[in-house]
Amino acid sequence: MVAATTALAATGVTATGAIRYAWVIALLPFTAAVFTAAFGKRTPGKGAVYGILALAAGLVLALAVLWHFVTGGGPHGSSIDWFQIGPLHVEVGQYVDGLTAAMLVVVTSVSLAVHVYSLGYMHGDVRYTWFYVVLSLFTSAMLVVVIAGDLIMLLVGWEVMGVCSYLLIGHWFEEHENSSAAIKAFITTRIGDVPFMFGIFALIFATGFTTANIREIGDVIGGPDVSTAFVTVAALLLFGGAVGKSAQFPLHVWLPDAMAGPTPVSALIHAATMVAAGVYLVGRMFEVFVHADPWVLTFVATIAAITTLGAAFLAFVQDDIKRVLAYSTLSQLAYMVAGLSIGPDGVTAGFFHLFTHAFFKALLFLGAGSVIHAVHSNNMSDMGGLRKEMPVTFWTFLIGSAALAGIFPLAGFWSKDELLAGAWEHSQGLFWILLLTAVLTAFYMTRCVLLTFFGTYRGREHPHESPPVMTGPLVALAGATIVVGFLGAPQLGGVFGDWVFFEHPHEAAFVYWIAIVGTLAALAGLGIGYALYRERRERDPLMAFPRAWSVLQHRYYIDDLYMNGIVLPIRDRVSAAVNWTNQNILDGVVNGVAWVTRRLATFINWIDRTFVDGIVNAIGGFTGATGGLLRYLQSGNVQWYAVLLFVGVVALTIVFVRLA
Amino acid sequence: MIRLPFVLVFAALLFSAGVYGVLARRNAVMVLMAIELMLNAVNVNLVAFGAALQQVGGQIFALFVIAVAAAEVGIGLAIVILLFRNRASINVDEVNLLRW
Repeated sequence: MVAATTALAATGVTATGAIRYAWVIALLPFTAAVFTAAFGKRTPGKGAVYGILALAAGLVLALAVLWHFVTGGGPHGSSIDWFQIGPLHVEVGQYVDGLTAAMLVVVTSVSLAVHVYSLGYMHGDVRYTWFYVVLSLFTSAMLVVVIAGDLIMLLVGWEVMGVCSYLLIGHWFEEHENSSAAIKAFITTRIGDVPFMFGIFALIFATGFTTANIREIGDVIGGPDVSTAFVTVAALLLFGGAVGKSAQFPLHVWLPDAMAGPTPVSALIHAATMVAAGVYLVGRMFEVFVHADPWVLTFVATIAAITTLGAAFLAFVQDDIKRVLAYSTLSQLAYMVAGLSIGPDGVTAGFFHLFTHAFFKALLFLGAGSVIHAVHSNNMSDMGGLRKEMPVTFWTFLIGSAALAGIFPLAGFWSKDELLAGAWEHSQGLFWILLLTAVLTAFYMTRCVLLTFFGTYRGREHPHESPPVMTGPLVALAGATIVVGFLGAPQLGGVFGDWVFFEHPHEAAFVYWIAIVGTLAALAGLGIGYALYRERRERDPLMAFPRAWSVLQHRYYIDDLYMNGIVLPIRDRVSAAVNWTNQNILDGVVNGVAWVTRRLATFINWIDRTFVDGIVNAIGGFTGATGGLLRYLQSGNVQWYAVLLFVGVVALTIVFVRLA
Repeated sequence: MIRLPFVLVFAALLFSAGVYGVLARRNAVMVLMAIELMLNAVNVNLVAFGAALQQVGGQIFALFVIAVAAAEVGIGLAIVILLFRNRASINVDEVNLLRW
């Protein structure tokens, strides 16, 4: 690694201070996971302390790395050879630029908040220590993805994340619903992983099978030797991976079901980090997308537009508070992807939205968790009026919702404004879709807040405010939600664009009429929501449109389509084939083996009885017969013995005399 | 001086009588007496050869044989007494425990 660092220094990329040790950030939670697994149950507090300490240290280091970029430092890469296949050198190493640094801060800070929050939320859980092991391991895997300088290494983190996600969603696997959600998430993301892997192979192939290093691949793709068609295919394959991991249409189905996991998991994985990995991948490999045919980005934009609108509508009809947030996450991820689809200019905006969204979506999920913890139900029909009992949760949730809706001056406002401004410049169709989504977002968040915190309480459990370990992270994240937006505020210099950009630093544009239109859109959604849900009604007002309501309740029938069109036919046929194989081939083999064994055993039995027993019996019989004959000599008459003795002596004497 | 062959023939006849007694008599006491005959036939031989060869060893050995014979008769009579106490008989045909 020293050699590599020196080589990079020679090419003008200098490394100072913490940035050289950025890889330690990924190593820390991994070490914590190992320690928790090994000593967790014997540690006071059942091992939660390892992950929390590791992430606190990681956050400090991540901030130090970010400081490197704040003070105008350049990117840094270093690596060592991992293994070699023919000419292909696979490396393990880091490449840290402004994007990486921002992601490091997001992941470590949100993960730290979730780790602390779980102290309260998971208190008394049956697999408490195990939960922390997987949580830390997951964080580590995400950090590996963020920091990886090599596509193979990135893939390792990517897949470990998939496994951890499976384990965490299915944390309460005793209930069948949860384990099927875990399997669904795992398999759906795997479907995306297949094109992703082929994309990686294609890119390695493009380098002449010499390296998987992201920078070098970028240089090759930008060079003259690779055809546009090839890059286009690679870009589409990579985007397949992003579609799976970031839950974009048509592989979005796993994310809402993934809400079966514990709420802190939803906050960490399904809001702030793992689903962001897909977006991050697109950003990291943006060189490929830029050099592909232009229609690839149009295709990306289309997918994003479908997802962002479709998911926002789905959020209307959910009763499960976590599902509202899940669909909101889908919608917002598509927002980011839409930003990236604008092209190089949209990278900063897209990632700024990812950055801010991570904080307020984690906040919203943790707030929802706090509510669920209090009322022991996920359903908003069991909530209501909680603002009095749970003031801290209420206020932080309100801040998060306002940020998500894009209310000035919270984080969401700045990032959404950047995206809208970028979209207006490049594609007005996309702009209007994003603006409509902004209205919808404000509407469903208003509905969610009103149903949860206003009106009268409808549940049975007596609600109570959560303990400080849970409200603490809420307050911290709320603080972050208020603050981080200003990092990208053009009036304050838009420093975010100085760290996270593609090719050249991004000049934050602030168009007043777009900011005003965006705010008006948010206020419109808010107003409609308030008008409809101000008073609690038995029937949801949206049920006035029964057909639309039904379609949305059935999630556009996409899940049914997948289940009946793909899963069941394949499953039935596969199971029939497996059954046939089992009945005919496997059983045949087993029965054949049994038949041969029986035959062999019969034969051996015959040999045993005939020959072996025959020999033994013959020896015994012969001995018995001989003894039977000889025993007549043993009359017991001593004089008879003496006669024989004399005869013997005389006989021997005669013999010896004759011989002599 | 009696010539050696006469003595040897006499000893052989005596030994044969002893053998016959041991093998044929049914009375245990008679068997013991027959054994004495055999031993004394040997003694006669020892003394006769000692005299013929002008060596004193034969006579000395005969003395040892007489001593051993005395001991043997002592033990033999003790066995016979015990036999009689147990069986009320000293017929050797009835003492046939030494068999299968």
